[in-house]
Amino acid sequence: MNVSENIKTWNRRRFVQAAALTGLSSLVPSAVLSGKHLGDLMTANQQIPGKHPDLIILNDRPWNAETPAHLLDQEVTSMDRLFVRNNGLVPEKTDPELWTLEIDGESAIKPQTFTLNQLKSEFQHHSLQLVLECGGNGRSEFDPPAKGNQWTTGAVGAPKWTGIRLKDVLERVGIKDDAVYIGYYGKDRHLSGDPNKVPISRGVPMSKALEDETLIAWAANGEDLPLMHGFPLRLVIGGWPASTSGKWLNRITIRNQIHDGAKMTGQSYRVPCEPVAPGSTVPDEQMCIIESMPVKSIITYPKTGAMVKPGKSIRFSGHAWAGDHSVKSVAYSIDYGVNWSPLAVDPPVNRLSWQHWRGEVKFEKPGYYEFWVRATDDLGSDQPMVLPGWNPRGYLNNACHRVAIKVQS
Amino acid sequence: MKRLMVLIGSIVIMFSCQQADKPAQAVEDMEPDENAERIQTDSISGLVIDENFELIRGQCTACHSAMLITQNNASRDGWEQMIRWMQKDQGLWDLGENEPKILDYLSKHYGLKKKGRRAPLTDVEWYELKDEL
Repeated sequence: MNVSENIKTWNRRRFVQAAALTGLSSLVPSAVLSGKHLGDLMTANQQIPGKHPDLIILNDRPWNAETPAHLLDQEVTSMDRLFVRNNGLVPEKTDPELWTLEIDGESAIKPQTFTLNQLKSEFQHHSLQLVLECGGNGRSEFDPPAKGNQWTTGAVGAPKWTGIRLKDVLERVGIKDDAVYIGYYGKDRHLSGDPNKVPISRGVPMSKALEDETLIAWAANGEDLPLMHGFPLRLVIGGWPASTSGKWLNRITIRNQIHDGAKMTGQSYRVPCEPVAPGSTVPDEQMCIIESMPVKSIITYPKTGAMVKPGKSIRFSGHAWAGDHSVKSVAYSIDYGVNWSPLAVDPPVNRLSWQHWRGEVKFEKPGYYEFWVRATDDLGSDQPMVLPGWNPRGYLNNACHRVAIKVQS
Repeated sequence: MKRLMVLIGSIVIMFSCQQADKPAQAVEDMEPDENAERIQTDSISGLVIDENFELIRGQCTACHSAMLITQNNASRDGWEQMIRWMQKDQGLWDLGENEPKILDYLSKHYGLKKKGRRAPLTDVEWYELKDEL
């Protein structure tokens, strides 16, 4: 019996045993006892279907997994390597022939429901490489710690998405003058199993919703979206917390107020409006919604832990991105930030894509080194070398990425 | 009457989570971590095996993954706040007399660790880089 079978058996046994012991078997819906939901109780030894086996699983219910930095070396992130951040359980029914997208809301002039086929045939297609980064990427470093999935550096990626502009669909429906925000809804299920609870329903202000790069997408890298990434339809809103890019999308509501769906309010995806001391308790009304993500970079080659010979040149490469902005320059240091040298950096293939940087470094003397990279955006903002401002939920850690290098003959 | 209350309570738990659980008795499933001499972890959940470990596994993993515990660290007060949040927003039941036992376990094994503004790089797996220029 392999590990996964063992685990499935154990979960099933545990559950059935519990049901039996409490004398409930006759009262429990048969779908529950049949093991239909047990797939959501897999453990750390499991792999996520369709994903690279080296992804680091942070949570198995719901699925959350990040990508080791060296696996992000591709210029365009393949979907098996893109991080997974689910807030609920993957929907059970995703028939594309039956899929619809409803556009409604207080500020919709003529609410309308489109079939997926209508969206594909009636609107102009666009393909764009867009960065998705979880707002909590880097959370694991905050001190005192923030609860939740302890992302390190790998909750980011930049596939090439294909779909239609959200703008085109919203304009077909008609937007009232009082429109403020859009909110999305998807078909993922709340962890509790309560069909009346929504796992996540976030959104963006109209100005972001109407940008040319804001897509309703059905494909990534030339293929249908994988189930884990929102098949058959999702939003892709590059440069903002990836939680705004709703998956399994079936409804967009045009609001005359800031959207108040699940995880828009309270402390979720918000940071203190004013900087606070580490460990502070911040009341909800002093927490502000995160908009554009900050400038950041990642070293994707070589993998951390490289042992090299003195006097030899080593090539380094990676990516840099800057939320709504572009990256102006990227620099590296091998002496803990004492000296910085520029790296070559490509322009983005399109707005809101990441930019590739590369360089060569020669280590003359033996020793332990760290290779640090720091990107600067077009506003002149740098990445910090230590943690940026502490916030209760541990968002927006854009401190420079570091890899360890040992030079020895 | 008491049995009826237990039954009703169990139904509430089962339907609120769809995955009922009970304090685990599956001793055969607990394999010690080969790499650790003193701290043993449950091979299924990854939780540290210690007093009341079954209680934590039973109560917490009824609704969410044990990985949400094992990857987090907090003070006793911090864990208590998480329980209050789960009770307020996520349908967690009153833990009653189990609550102090659960908090003792969590703050002992998943307590605060000082990290500072930037920790040293740890757990580096060293390898020889072949493609020098």
